[in-house]
Amino acid sequence: MDLKCRGAEFNIDVAIVGAGHAGCEAALACARLGLETVVFTVSVDSIALMPCNPNIGGSSKGHLVRELDALGGEMGKNIDKTFIQSKMLNTSKGPAVHSLRAQADKRDYSGAMRKVLESQEHLTIKQAEVCELLWEEIPSEEKTGSYEKFVTGVRTQTGALYNCKAVVLCTGVYLNARCLTGESITYTGPNGLQAATHLSDSLRNAGVELRRFKTGTPARMDGKTIDFSKMEEQKGDEVIVPFSFSTDPATIQKDQVSCWLTHTNQKTHDIIRANLDRSPIYAGIIEGTGPRYCPSIEDKVVKFSEKESHQVFIEPEGLYTDEMYVDGMSSSLPEDVQLAMYRTVPGLENCKIVRNAYAIEYDCINAKCLYPHLEFKKIKGLFAGGQFNGSSGYEEAAAQGFVAGVNAAMEILGKEFLVLKRSESYIGVLIDDLVTKDNREPYRMMTSRAEYRLLLRQDNADLRLRKYGHRIGLISDEVYNGILKKKESIDAEIERLKSVMLGAGSETCKYLESIGSAPLSTATSLASLICRPELDYKKLAPLDPERPQLPDDVTEQVQIEIRYEGYIKRQEKQVKEQERLEVKLIPEDIDYDDVPSLRIEARQHLKEFRPVSVGQASRISGVSPADISVLLVYLEKINRQKLGI
Amino acid sequence: MTDNLQKTIAAISTALSDSGIGIIRVSGPDAVKICSEIIFDKKKESVPDKMEAGTFRHCYVYDGDEILDECIVLLYKAPHSYTGEDTVEIQCHGGVYLLKKVLDLVTAHGAALSAPGEFTKRAFLNSKMDLAQAEAVMDLISSRSEGALRASRDQMSGRVSEAIRNLRAKILYETAFIESAIDDPEHYDLTGYEEKLSGTVCEISDKITEMIRSYDSGKFVREGIATCIVGSPNSGKSSLLNLLTGQDRAIVSDIPGTTRDTIEEYVRLDDILLKVTDTAGIRDTDDVIESIGTKRAFEAAENADLILFMIDASEYLTLDIMQIFSAVYKRKLIIILNKADKTLMVRPDDVYSHLKESADKEISALSKEEFFEKYPCIIMSASGGQGLEELKRTIRAGFLSGDITSKSDVVITGLRHKELLCAALESLDGVKEGIEAGVEIDVYCGDLYNAYKKLGLIIGEELGDDLADEIFSKFCMGK
Repeated sequence: MDLKCRGAEFNIDVAIVGAGHAGCEAALACARLGLETVVFTVSVDSIALMPCNPNIGGSSKGHLVRELDALGGEMGKNIDKTFIQSKMLNTSKGPAVHSLRAQADKRDYSGAMRKVLESQEHLTIKQAEVCELLWEEIPSEEKTGSYEKFVTGVRTQTGALYNCKAVVLCTGVYLNARCLTGESITYTGPNGLQAATHLSDSLRNAGVELRRFKTGTPARMDGKTIDFSKMEEQKGDEVIVPFSFSTDPATIQKDQVSCWLTHTNQKTHDIIRANLDRSPIYAGIIEGTGPRYCPSIEDKVVKFSEKESHQVFIEPEGLYTDEMYVDGMSSSLPEDVQLAMYRTVPGLENCKIVRNAYAIEYDCINAKCLYPHLEFKKIKGLFAGGQFNGSSGYEEAAAQGFVAGVNAAMEILGKEFLVLKRSESYIGVLIDDLVTKDNREPYRMMTSRAEYRLLLRQDNADLRLRKYGHRIGLISDEVYNGILKKKESIDAEIERLKSVMLGAGSETCKYLESIGSAPLSTATSLASLICRPELDYKKLAPLDPERPQLPDDVTEQVQIEIRYEGYIKRQEKQVKEQERLEVKLIPEDIDYDDVPSLRIEARQHLKEFRPVSVGQASRISGVSPADISVLLVYLEKINRQKLGI
Repeated sequence: MTDNLQKTIAAISTALSDSGIGIIRVSGPDAVKICSEIIFDKKKESVPDKMEAGTFRHCYVYDGDEILDECIVLLYKAPHSYTGEDTVEIQCHGGVYLLKKVLDLVTAHGAALSAPGEFTKRAFLNSKMDLAQAEAVMDLISSRSEGALRASRDQMSGRVSEAIRNLRAKILYETAFIESAIDDPEHYDLTGYEEKLSGTVCEISDKITEMIRSYDSGKFVREGIATCIVGSPNSGKSSLLNLLTGQDRAIVSDIPGTTRDTIEEYVRLDDILLKVTDTAGIRDTDDVIESIGTKRAFEAAENADLILFMIDASEYLTLDIMQIFSAVYKRKLIIILNKADKTLMVRPDDVYSHLKESADKEISALSKEEFFEKYPCIIMSASGGQGLEELKRTIRAGFLSGDITSKSDVVITGLRHKELLCAALESLDGVKEGIEAGVEIDVYCGDLYNAYKKLGLIIGEELGDDLADEIFSKFCMGK
């Protein structure tokens, strides 16, 4: 018997490369769908790490978390367990842009997620660097669509071989990462963690094109050295709203910590200007493209030179530590400049820096090489999610990781892919933008990117998306039936409010006047009274004795749907118009050279992006309405040829 | 998007020229319904919805209560038409102005302007053409689109696109500010912003309304001082136009009422460009077509920057002349006593004593000198050329003194432009309504951006990441 071993070998279903926010969601989705899943991380201690800001959610990102939760993701539940402050943003604005943001205890967040992964059946956590993607060419006689290769497995640095049916790349900012603090450069991932230096070459060998993006993070201060009396306190909400639809609000009302607001000043800016030549970006050392929405303090001072001051938020990193995150002042200036600059800020005069601010550069892809279901167009079985796709942010990462993981599972299980539409989710907008537009910087979700945002509210994510979670198998029948019932009672109550008429009797008018609303002159429905800005569902209770007992989440929907009915209907109409193009699918093997009369520019773009539907084609820049018309006629032509008409 | 077969489309399907007959074609599910709203018989009963497929009827195109033209209407029912859809063909009298008016009316009632090659595309998609023709269809779409794009650019003066660019920049800035405040509420505050926004939106709406009006008034050609020649029939209006342009543009005859439609020409007086409209003679008449012309003459006069008021000086002043004066005396006016080559029956003194009484008190109180300072009077012979130099001098002097100015700086061309302007205006109205109703700003912010998109289509600018770019470049986003 030969006892000599030559590298371990395992047979699994799915390999998830990376255990950040994308990797965790991908791994959980696959394992929960019953697939043998291994999630690889360079350090088990860095599972669900928050290497930058200590919060989850915020404008439009909060929507992503809600949607993810409705589909069966984990992020919402995990932040509900581990937040230390919570705030609903934009409450003075319309319901469509209300957005939840919570400060997390970073260690708790990471630990709680690790626990979820550890207790998940079919899921194995493995600390190892994946160095090689294994694949085979598809023999030409078996080629279908755009696939040229298919994945067979991954190999780790120690030589272990994992044979698998699908691989999900969630490498975040770790591929060939390099961190810069002024003249000091280290070849590490965030927080000094080990970078992944081998996989990039293997991906290039497989034909994957990589590019360099850059992002940055501010310094962390020792809280004991900060004078908070010079800052403005920022407290959490009195009533805390959970992220997850399955968290009972009563269970999460708790004492919260505060954040603090202070400002930069001319002195800060002078120091920055005087030392710009030592900034790696301005000195040309950084080659990656950084995000404009999250500018470093150097960028702010240079690009918005007319601004005399910028806001700085001091946020706790967690209850376990004194470290404070200096939100608004990310930087890649040298350490001495950083210290001098931070110390000009009121309250930070005597601060001590625990961790320096730095910029980080990393390899990522241009996601136009992916299908909307996040599989590589040329490599069957290879999926990708998160910052590796050219996005930025924990929430964006988690949402994509989830979709990539689910679709890896769908492919293995032979089921329909999960592709969310722009008209039904921010996740759909996020992924469609990533795979359809030529993004030149890390992509951040913004409410302005969603054209149908009145429909995509954070309050109705469950009504929009539970059905998909149920279809893919991550939402139970019980929860799904609950949603159907909820929808029914919303519709019934709206119907009732529209039909119940109030006469212009003196009692009614008296009450209306008592709450500052104009008396009635003719009979009016309860629904039209709800539309008055000064009234709402709750205030009308005394005039509505027949009112059924309904849970708050139902009456909230009733109120919103009645008040914004006109706007909502209009957006629904727009959705319907665009829908006709979305459902017109383009055959995977279409040869654009065979489509006459397309303009050259359009032909190039179409060849490059290979859109799946006419709808997606219509959003590619450089493709005109006339090109779309030509394409439609062509599709009709080949359709008729097939039918033999 | 151009492929929506649910939409009803319309286009002028004959060449845009002063041919005798012009055809407007309306195709799609609502073709009959739309046309029935504007086409009636003499008893004002709607016509197309009562017609049998494959028949034609004589009837009238109505704009509200006003007859725009008499026409022949043909009805085709799906699938027995060129496009395979319900189709109504309206055969009107030719002439660019009239056809555009009718098309305008059809679109106002819900039809969309057809995209280039769209009738043919529909014919193909509705299986009215075989596969062999598919490629021809695609060629047609793409070549017509190119052509249309070029034409659209050619039609539009630099000033128009500049004006639209300015409006867009303002809208984009406002949108970006609001979006920044939504995305980063801790840096940008929208409290009380509605008021400022309301002001800006009204200002932009006014500008757009002005542009739309410039189209409605028939000024679908470039800038110029809109000059309108009015007068009673056979006072020599067409002769003046011919004299100014130096060619036989208008048909001149001795039969009163020869010019039944309005005719437009450009006249360059050194550095001043006049867009001269010759109108039908204005008189009380029973002739349907001529009375339409009269009406239109008044309309054209209504929108003119300068009126050349022709009086046949070889005949005594008639009641018609006083009536015309009473209709136009509030405009900038030059009185021309024409036919100086014949025996003058009317002299400036007669003009003064008769006309000042047909206006209001302010005018009748004017002394003769004051009257003629306000209304310069020139004796000329339009057919012989006498007095032309004096007319030119008078116009020039008026222009240079600022007395005569172009009312609308920016005139738009093409119905498509107008359609988009109207759509932009509608979106801005949505913003105004939202502000008035006390709706939250983020709710109608989409309407604001929509106006930006529509205006962009006019100048052919594709929508890229404009909004994100504006947000990042103008507003310093937080964290």
